[in-house]
Amino acid sequence: MKPEHGKESAYITQPGTIRNTRQMTRLEKYFEITLPRQRDLGHEPGQFVMVSVPGVGEAPISISSSPTKKGCFELVVRKVGAVSTALHALDSGDKVGIRGPFGKGFPTAILEGNDLLFIAGGLGIVPLRSLINFVIDNRKDFGKVTILLGCKTPQDMLFNEEVHQWWKRLDVSCSCTVDRSDPDWKGNVGLITGLIPGVSLDAERTFAVVVGPPIMYKFVILELLKKDIPERQILLSLERHMKCGVGKCGHCQIGEYYCCQDGPVFSYDRIRGKHEAL
Amino acid sequence: MDKFVTLNKQDLNDFIVKLSRSQPVMAPVARGCKSFVFESVDSAKAIALHYIPTILPPKKYFFPQRETLLTYNKTTPAWDPVLESRKMAIFGVHTCDLAGIQCLNMVMSASPQDNNYNARKEGITIIGLECNNYCDEYASCNVMDNHLPNGGYDLFFTELPDAFMVHVNSNAGERIVNDIGFFSAATPKHTQQLEEMRARKREIFKPEVKAGHKQLRGIFAGAFDSRQWDRIGERCVACGNCTNVCPTCYCFDVRDEINLDFNTGTRGRVWDSCQNEEFAQVAGGENFRKQRGQRQRHRYMRKFNYPVERFSRYFCTGCGRCSRACMAKINLKETIDALAEEKR
Ligand SMILES: Cc1cc2nc3c(=O)[nH]c(=O)nc-3n(C[C@H](O)[C@H](O)[C@H](O)COP(=O)(O)OP(=O)(O)OC[C@H]3O[C@@H](n4cnc5c(N)ncnc54)[C@H](O)[C@@H]3O)c2cc1C
Ligand code: SF4
Ligand code: SF4
Ligand code: FES
Repeated sequence: MKPEHGKESAYITQPGTIRNTRQMTRLEKYFEITLPRQRDLGHEPGQFVMVSVPGVGEAPISISSSPTKKGCFELVVRKVGAVSTALHALDSGDKVGIRGPFGKGFPTAILEGNDLLFIAGGLGIVPLRSLINFVIDNRKDFGKVTILLGCKTPQDMLFNEEVHQWWKRLDVSCSCTVDRSDPDWKGNVGLITGLIPGVSLDAERTFAVVVGPPIMYKFVILELLKKDIPERQILLSLERHMKCGVGKCGHCQIGEYYCCQDGPVFSYDRIRGKHEAL
Repeated sequence: MDKFVTLNKQDLNDFIVKLSRSQPVMAPVARGCKSFVFESVDSAKAIALHYIPTILPPKKYFFPQRETLLTYNKTTPAWDPVLESRKMAIFGVHTCDLAGIQCLNMVMSASPQDNNYNARKEGITIIGLECNNYCDEYASCNVMDNHLPNGGYDLFFTELPDAFMVHVNSNAGERIVNDIGFFSAATPKHTQQLEEMRARKREIFKPEVKAGHKQLRGIFAGAFDSRQWDRIGERCVACGNCTNVCPTCYCFDVRDEINLDFNTGTRGRVWDSCQNEEFAQVAGGENFRKQRGQRQRHRYMRKFNYPVERFSRYFCTGCGRCSRACMAKINLKETIDALAEEKR
C-alpha cells in the first residue's frame, strides 16, 4: 500500500515558528507563535489549536491571545507529560506544528452590549485572557466588565503585569484571590467563590464567563444562580481529553456532544443535569 | 425500479476467481471453532458461505487498526498529510455489518469530514450476503431491524435453492455484473423463491430482548442511575475486546512513530477503547469515567442513546460480537433485558 499525499486531510498541520518565549512559573511557559507569511490564525476567543512536536505527538492548547492581536498568537503550556515537556524544551526560532483553530469559542456577537463577569481559576486565565483582551480592545461594545481571578498561591499567578494593567483601568473592575497567601500578597485570600457575593450586578444583562478546573464549576455556578443570572448566560469552557479535534476520535465525548466541536464553550443550560459533564 | 439478476450456484467459483483477478477480494473464511475472519481469497472454495459474524467486522478495511495520517520531517520541519486507499471488493457482508458500515459512514462524513476514511471507502466495493437463518443466540439483529437488507451495498446476494438472487444497487455493482459476467436475468420463479425465503425469515426472526426497537432509546436514556452498571462494572476487566470487535466503535488514539534516521516518521491513528481507564482522563487527573461500570455505561449509551440524538439511528447492529468476545460473559441481550425489567 503506497501512501498518497493528499490535500484534504482533516489532519493538515502547518509549521509555526516560535518567535518569543517566557518561563512564567515553574510549570508554565509562554509562547508567541507565527504562521508562514505571518498569516493570522483566524480564531475566535475560546478556541484551541492542536500543537505538534514531531516524533513526540500533539496536544490541544488554548489560544491565549485575542484575535485583535495580529501576525502572531500566544499559548501558555503547563508541563504535565510528554508533549508539554517537549514544548518546554523549545525556544525562539524553533518550529512546532499547528492544526486548527478548533471548537466553538465564546459567542462574542451575543456578548456585545451586555455586562460581563469573568471568573478564572488556575490555568483558566489562559483561554479567558483571549476574550478579556478582545473585550478591552473593543471596550465601547460591551457594558460593565468585572474580572475575578483565583489561584493557589501568589507564585502561581499568570500574566501579572497584564492583570495589573486591567486592575488600573477605570472601566474594568478586577479582583484576585489566592488559596494560600504570602507576606507580599495584597489581594484577597480564600476561594474564588467567596468573591462572587460581593459583586454588584444586573443579572438580566450579565453574562458570566467561567473557566477553571472542574471542581470550581460546581461551586461557582451555585453562586451565580444565587445572583439570578439566567442559565443561558453562564458560559463555561470544558476540558476533555482530545486527540483529533474534529469530532471523530471519541475521547472528548460528553453525552451526545463532542467537546472539541460542540464546545469547549457551552452555556450552562445545555449541560445542566447532563451526566459526566460537570 | 429495483434491478435483480441471478447467479447459478455452480458459477460462484468462476465469479470469485474472475473478480479476484480484477481486484483483491475479501471474504469470510473459517478459522476453526466457530471462528471466521474476513481475508483475501482467490476462489470461492475458501469462502464460508454460512458463517457467524467474523471476529473483526469489515470495518478493518475502512478503518484499519493502525493507519498513517501524515508523515513528518523534523528538520524542515514539515507535516505531509497522507490519504491511503486500496481498491478491493468485500464479498459476503451480512446485513448487520452493512448497517455497521452505514454507521461509520455517517460519522466520518459528518462535517468536518474524515477523508482518510472516505478515501478508503471510495476504493471498496461491497457485496452483501443475506442470512437465511439466525447465526447464534448472541445475535439481536431483529430488534435492531438489521436482519433484512437495508441498503449500504453495491450488490446483495441471497441464496436460493439453486441460485443466488442478486440485487444490483449501484453503478459499481452494475459494472461488476456486466464486466465479470455469469449473471442472468431474474425469473419469476426466483422472485417467488426470494419472497418465500423472506416469509420464512419473518417466522424465524423474532425480537430477541424484552423491549421493542422504539423502546430501546427510552430505556437507556432513563438508565443512567441503574444498578446494572455497578454489577457489570464488577465483572468487567476493561480489556476492550467489546469495543475492538464492534462494527460501530471508531474511537482512536493518535501516535507519532519515528524512523531509524531519527528525523522522519509518521503520525498514525490506532484503535482505542473507551474501556481504558485513561481514555477520558485529563491533565490534573480529573476523569469523568473512572469506574469500569461508568465506562460500560458509556459504551452502551454510545450504542442506544447518544447516536439517536446525533445521527438519528442506533449504533448497535445486533451482531452480538461484544457478547461473544467478552471474557467476563457480559451479555448485551441480558443487559437490555435487565434494564427493561427495571424500567417496568
Ligand atoms: C480544549 C483544551 C484546551 C487546553 N488548553 C491548555 C492550555 O492552554 N495550556 C495547557 O498547558 N494545557 C492545556 N490543555 C491541557 C493539555 O492539552 C494537556 O495537558 C496535554 O494534552 C497533555 O499532553 P502531554 O503529552 O504533555 O501529557 P501526557 O503525557 O499525554 O499525559 C499527562 C496527562 O494529561 C492527560 N492528557 C493527555 N493527553 C491529553 C489530551 N489530548 N487532552 C487532555 N488531556 C490529556 C493525560 O490523561 C494525563 O493525565 C488543554 C486541553 C484541552 C482539551
Ligand atoms: S469485553 Fe467484556 S470484560 Fe472486556 S471491556 Fe468489554 S465488557 Fe469489559
Ligand atoms: S454493541 Fe455489540 S452487538 Fe451491538 S454492534 Fe457492537 S458488537 Fe455488535
Ligand atoms: S477530540 Fe476527537 S472527538 Fe473530540
